[in-house]
Amino acid sequence: MNSPLLEIKQISVSFDGFLALNDLNLVMNEGDLRAVIGPNGAGKTTFLDVITGKVVPTKGDVMFKDKSLIGQKEYRIARKGIGRKFQSPRIFKNLSVQENLALSVSRPKTPFSLLINSLKVKQLDKIQHLMSIVNLQSKSNIKAGALSHGQKQWLEIAMLVGQDPDLLLVDEPVAGLTDEETDLTADLLKSLAGDHTILVIDHDMEFIRRLDCPVSVLHQGHILKEGSMSQIEKDPLVIEIYLGQSEEEV
Amino acid sequence: MSIISTKKNWINLTIWVVIIALIIATPTFLPVFRLNLLGRYLSLAIVALGVDLIWGFTGMLSLGQGIFFALGGYCAAMFLQLNSSEGFPNGIPEFFGLYGIEKLPFFWEPFKNSIFTLISIWLLPAIIAGLLGYLVFRNRIKGVYFSILTQAALLVFFNFFNGQQKLINGTNGLKTDVTELFGQMVGSEIMQRGFFWLTAILVIFAWLFSRWIVRDRFGDILIGIRDDEPRVRFTGYNPVVFKTIIFSIAGGLAGISGALYTVQSGIVSPQFMTVPFSIEMVIWVAVGGRGTLLGAILGAVFINYAKSLVSEALPASWMFIQGGLFIFVVTALPEGVLGWIRRGGLKELLYLIGINKKLKTYPSLEVNEQGEVKS
Repeated sequence: MNSPLLEIKQISVSFDGFLALNDLNLVMNEGDLRAVIGPNGAGKTTFLDVITGKVVPTKGDVMFKDKSLIGQKEYRIARKGIGRKFQSPRIFKNLSVQENLALSVSRPKTPFSLLINSLKVKQLDKIQHLMSIVNLQSKSNIKAGALSHGQKQWLEIAMLVGQDPDLLLVDEPVAGLTDEETDLTADLLKSLAGDHTILVIDHDMEFIRRLDCPVSVLHQGHILKEGSMSQIEKDPLVIEIYLGQSEEEV
Repeated sequence: MSIISTKKNWINLTIWVVIIALIIATPTFLPVFRLNLLGRYLSLAIVALGVDLIWGFTGMLSLGQGIFFALGGYCAAMFLQLNSSEGFPNGIPEFFGLYGIEKLPFFWEPFKNSIFTLISIWLLPAIIAGLLGYLVFRNRIKGVYFSILTQAALLVFFNFFNGQQKLINGTNGLKTDVTELFGQMVGSEIMQRGFFWLTAILVIFAWLFSRWIVRDRFGDILIGIRDDEPRVRFTGYNPVVFKTIIFSIAGGLAGISGALYTVQSGIVSPQFMTVPFSIEMVIWVAVGGRGTLLGAILGAVFINYAKSLVSEALPASWMFIQGGLFIFVVTALPEGVLGWIRRGGLKELLYLIGINKKLKTYPSLEVNEQGEVKS
């Protein structure tokens, strides 16, 4: 029996006494695709901050490939194989699509190597491949800042994949996208699962339904419920705190 | 394709031949006074290149480059003073006698060696910049706080150097124009001509070096740090290392610049570390075009030349003109003059005054074409 890829053990994060995360446990095995949903302020983004080293938890431990990540610098965690996509697209807007991806596929990520080595054929092929996955080949020399919002989201996902991470953390990848783009993004993530382990955070129900994967509901800093989307949707507690609200709004 | 690139090569070659011919010929048609001024301003272009690397590319506004500039100048001046102090009491530089010092302070000793001096001119400022930078960047100090910190460091150095009469002649500084090098007075015409050529060549090398640094992915990371530092971190790069390296390089360039400026202006003093001077360096880059290396060079040379011409004609007005120029560039041409031209600003202007017609194109079509060629 393989040990899990990511194991989050009783994490608590307190901001000046306010518990953003409270005794959170989560286990992800290799190849898993999992969605985490929750109302605003449930602690979704803080949860990613803890895994990627941006926030140090008050209590608990994060194990990745059987090693603790607590206290490690962000760039080290990234090199260990955890890639993160932010809520609003974060790409290097003054670099072209190709240059953005070149930075993500470069190895090793040291100043000397960047100065002396040029990109290998394999890496150039990889850049082309990544651009074809997200449909940006025709924009390869365009500055990333000039892309549309959806294309920026995709470029950022492509940059993540270019890092060759074992674990992808994807924060609200469809915020501000059209329905068509949302569907394409869902398909893209599904096609990446298997080779990669992916954790998606969102509150777009249509999108989560389309991902068709196990869902964890985050509420007030801990996991309220886990199960498939159809199970979650029927759970009275979940309906009360989350789905109920959104149905009222609709 | 090959025709275009050979044509481009020919143009490049021609430009270089013209530049080198100009450098060789300038001393023959420019009076010594003007030549000396041009040489000084060219040496300032080197410090401007450093400012451009750290501010234009990496987005760190340092207001303390005067520290490294002055350090380079002091290294050169200490060597020159030692080199020509045989006739003075105790065989040490003359000013020590004024304060009753009979023994050379220990840190002067290594500067008797010319090779040590040539290395320390750039290495010493680079090491100090690296140390200072590392401490600042490691603690994630950036933006305005970084600028204030560098300016504070500048003031610390300024006051320290001002107060140390017995070590480095304090506020009077170290004179170099009456010292000797290769049996010639440093201030003499023949030496000044040599320094002009040396400066011009070093400007070219500094430019080539800076271009090599920013040309590829290393430069892309610098731009990435400017645009979105957390993204750089989450992509697996350690920004602290990159920032320290580039700050150290800028410090080294400032040192070379300061040494060249010192031998051509005849003195190094704590005046090199005043606040306005370090801010002026930023203005040269801002006006020339931040993020364009050529812009930094042209900005430094042209603004300084304009400064001396304007000051000769209307002594009191330069500060107003400089301030006005800075405000104009920041509001109207935020990318500087060269950045503006590269974005097609000239065509735009010609169109506005009705000389040129605007071309109608479909950018997306052009792009698709490029994409096809590329893939």
